[in-house]
Parts: sequence; C-alpha cells; structure tokens
Amino acid sequence: MSAPALVEELKRGLDAPICLTWELTYACNLQCVHCLSSSGRRDPRELSTTEAKQVLDELRDLQVFYINIGGGEPMVRSDFFELVEYAINPGKGRTGIGVKFSTNGTYIDAAKAQRLASMEYLDIQISIDGIDAATNDRVRGAGSYAMARRAMDHLASAGFGPFKISVVVTRHNVDQLDEFKALADSYGAQLRITRLRPSGRGADTWHDLHPTNAQQRQIYNWLLARGDAVLTGDSFFHLNALGESLPGLNMCGAGRVVCLIDPVGDVYACPFVIHDQFKAGTVRGDGGFAEVWKHSELFRSLREPQSAGACASCGSYDACQGGCMAAKFFTGLPLDGPDPECVAGDADSMLGAVRIELTPRPSLDHSHRRTLSLTTR
Amino acid sequence: MRRVLNLSLLDTPLELDPQVALRPEPFGALAYHYGTRRLVFVKHHDVVAVARQLAAHPSLSATLQACGIAESRWPSFAKAFATLNESEIVRERPSAG
Repeated sequence: MSAPALVEELKRGLDAPICLTWELTYACNLQCVHCLSSSGRRDPRELSTTEAKQVLDELRDLQVFYINIGGGEPMVRSDFFELVEYAINPGKGRTGIGVKFSTNGTYIDAAKAQRLASMEYLDIQISIDGIDAATNDRVRGAGSYAMARRAMDHLASAGFGPFKISVVVTRHNVDQLDEFKALADSYGAQLRITRLRPSGRGADTWHDLHPTNAQQRQIYNWLLARGDAVLTGDSFFHLNALGESLPGLNMCGAGRVVCLIDPVGDVYACPFVIHDQFKAGTVRGDGGFAEVWKHSELFRSLREPQSAGACASCGSYDACQGGCMAAKFFTGLPLDGPDPECVAGDADSMLGAVRIELTPRPSLDHSHRRTLSLTTR
Repeated sequence: MRRVLNLSLLDTPLELDPQVALRPEPFGALAYHYGTRRLVFVKHHDVVAVARQLAAHPSLSATLQACGIAESRWPSFAKAFATLNESEIVRERPSAG
C-alpha cells in the first residue's frame, strides 16, 4: 500500500485511536496566553481516581498503546503518580499503556525527578515557548522559564534520559529554532515544535502571536532540513503546499486517529476543539469510551469523505488537505475552505471579512478569575 | 538483537520482538514497539497472519508455507519482513540454549 493509500485508509478511522490526549485536570498554576483548554481552576466534576482507572482499563482493552497526558498541569492532581503508575504497570499479566505527559515543570523537584526516572514507558515533555525568560514569560507567565529549566536540570541529574522539550511556534520565537535545538541537544533531549492554534485562550491571542507568512516558509525550510530529527506531532502539514512534504502523516486526524478526553470525561475530536460542536460524548456514558469512539455521530461524520469546498480548484489541496479544522473553526472560517494560515494566502481576504465578535468562542473557560483591585477612599 | 540480510531472510527463524504489540485494524494491523516507541503500519492482513505465526516455525519460508502463501508471493513477503526487521518489529529468533 502506498503512503497516500494508507492516509485514505486512516481517514476512514481506526478501531481505536493511535494518539489519545487525556487532560487530567483544568487546574494549572500558570495562565499561558495561548492555553488550548483555557485552564486555571479545577473543575468540580473532574473524573475521580476510580473513574480514571476505569478509563485506563478500557483503553488497555482497546489496545491503545500510549496516551498523552496533559491538562491544565497534570502534576497538580494528588493522584497523578498513582494514575501514571497504574497505566504503565497495571499488575501481573496485564499490558501497560505507555505514557507521555506534558508539564510546565513546576512540580518536578529532585525527588520527583528520581521517581520519574525509575519508570519505564514514560516520556516527559516540558513546555517552553521562548529560549530566554523574556520571550518565554511573555506567553507563559513570570518565572515560568526558570521553573521549566530547573525541571530539565533535575531530570538530567536524575538520569531520566531523553525527555522532550516542547515549543509552540509563535512569531516571537521563530528565530530561536536553532537555539531550541541546541538547548535540547545540550540535555540529550528531543525537540518537539508544534503549531499555535487559535483554541482556548489562544482564540484571543492568535492574531498577535501566529507566525507571519514569511515566517511560515522559514519554519517549513527549517523542518525540511531537519527531517525527523525534530518532532512535530505532524502539526505543520498545512505547510506542505510549499513543496516537498514534511515527514509524518499528512492529514487531520481528528476523530479518525486522535481524540481528546477532557478532565470531566467528555470526548472531543482533538485537543484543539474544546467546543460543543466537536464534543462526541462522555466516558461516563453506558458504553464508556469505546462506544463514543466507535459509534458517535460526530466521529462517524468526520470519517466520511470531506468536501474540499473552496479549496477544490487549488492545485495544492492534496498537499495541505485544507489544513487544520480547529484553526478554521475558531477564526470563523468555513471548515471546507482554506486554513487561516494557508500559504497561498487564500484565507487572507476571508479573514479580513470575518466579524470577530461572531467567531465561535471556546465552550469552557477555567481561567483564574481576575482579581479586581478597587480603589476606595 | 541481530538484523539479518534480506537475501537469507527466508531461511531465517524469526519472531515478533517481545516488546511489540499488534493491534488489528481494517487495513491490517498497527504494530507498536514499546522500547523504541515506534508505531509501524502493517498494511496487509496476510503479513499480519504470518507475523503472528513466525515463532511456531523454523524459518520465514516454513511459516509462509504453513500459512498457505503461494510461493510466487514469497519475494514480496521477504521484502515486507525485511522492512519489519529493519524497524525492529520482528527479529531473528535467538537459538535455543
């Protein structure tokens, strides 16, 4: 089977996701301006330890090989280690599920780094969005760069091995890609760069943060030169319209090979579309996760052939596949048209015509409540 | 974990790497290697069936025979298993003792 034939096959969906993201909590000590899940405060309805273990049992039965755990900040949960250990090492005769978790690093001290280093089938991804505190902290908050670097130092001292450094590419850090790679190399770590989405709080900041058209070409050329030495989560496939395809699957996996379980157990098509329109069901339902994955109306429709719409006449459609559904949705563009970052510029005039106040808003917001300081006499 | 040459692969005793899990899919199977964390698409049901039987037979060709694969298709199977060997999904079976 050729690569395009495989992609066609994957678009019809798999029996279980390849890549499942599970956000354990909406609680987070940080308040990143581009947070996909608008995290901050814990949701009182979050899955209990028992419920979370039931979900893990179910994923194991479905032969989900590994899960990506995120949040919020997943280490905030007091049962974090209990759940990760249960996933990886469920007991005699049962296959473990590999875990990769994303963290801002705040809670990785020397002791926790030792504990993490002793676990098999565990990958850790520490987020930074700038190569220095000035660039990073503008997006992730004061002190966050120092905390992330301290966590990296602890993991390195504990002999964790090749952890991952995860960077969301913005117009302010595009020029730092070489330095990020050098930083990762200095730790023996792997660099992962991903695309900025207008999701969650990112809906409000995307217009100021997303790379310019010239910078997109810069990202493309940089990635092309590095092949699979840099991980991307296959998130830059919209750039394939610039020429040769980047490594990885050239398709939107939402509801087909990926999905998201949010902290309260709701299942969404992907981590970038926390909105009622893309909610397929809940793991708390009778059939659990499997029922949602296999039979939800939303996922079944996403596995049908999709219309190229306004892109049908563009010669690059096979290369870029019309880009990212979430990026279109939260910028108010039609789903069967160009990506807001279409490299041919086909979305530029459409974006100009969108009335910002009418664009869809993320359905949930767990941001920390702003403290109003009132001046009284 | 010795890698073997394509040429002699048909005569080689093979097995699934013990760190590999196979998950059936409409197109064949997904193979995941827990050690390398690599995911491999096995894109034909017959290849999956043969892969599952490897350990029960003295060589790849014996496995193909046992699975009823016509000899005319053996070269393409040798190629497919060379790729799987390359990505550490299957490996040469360590000799007993």
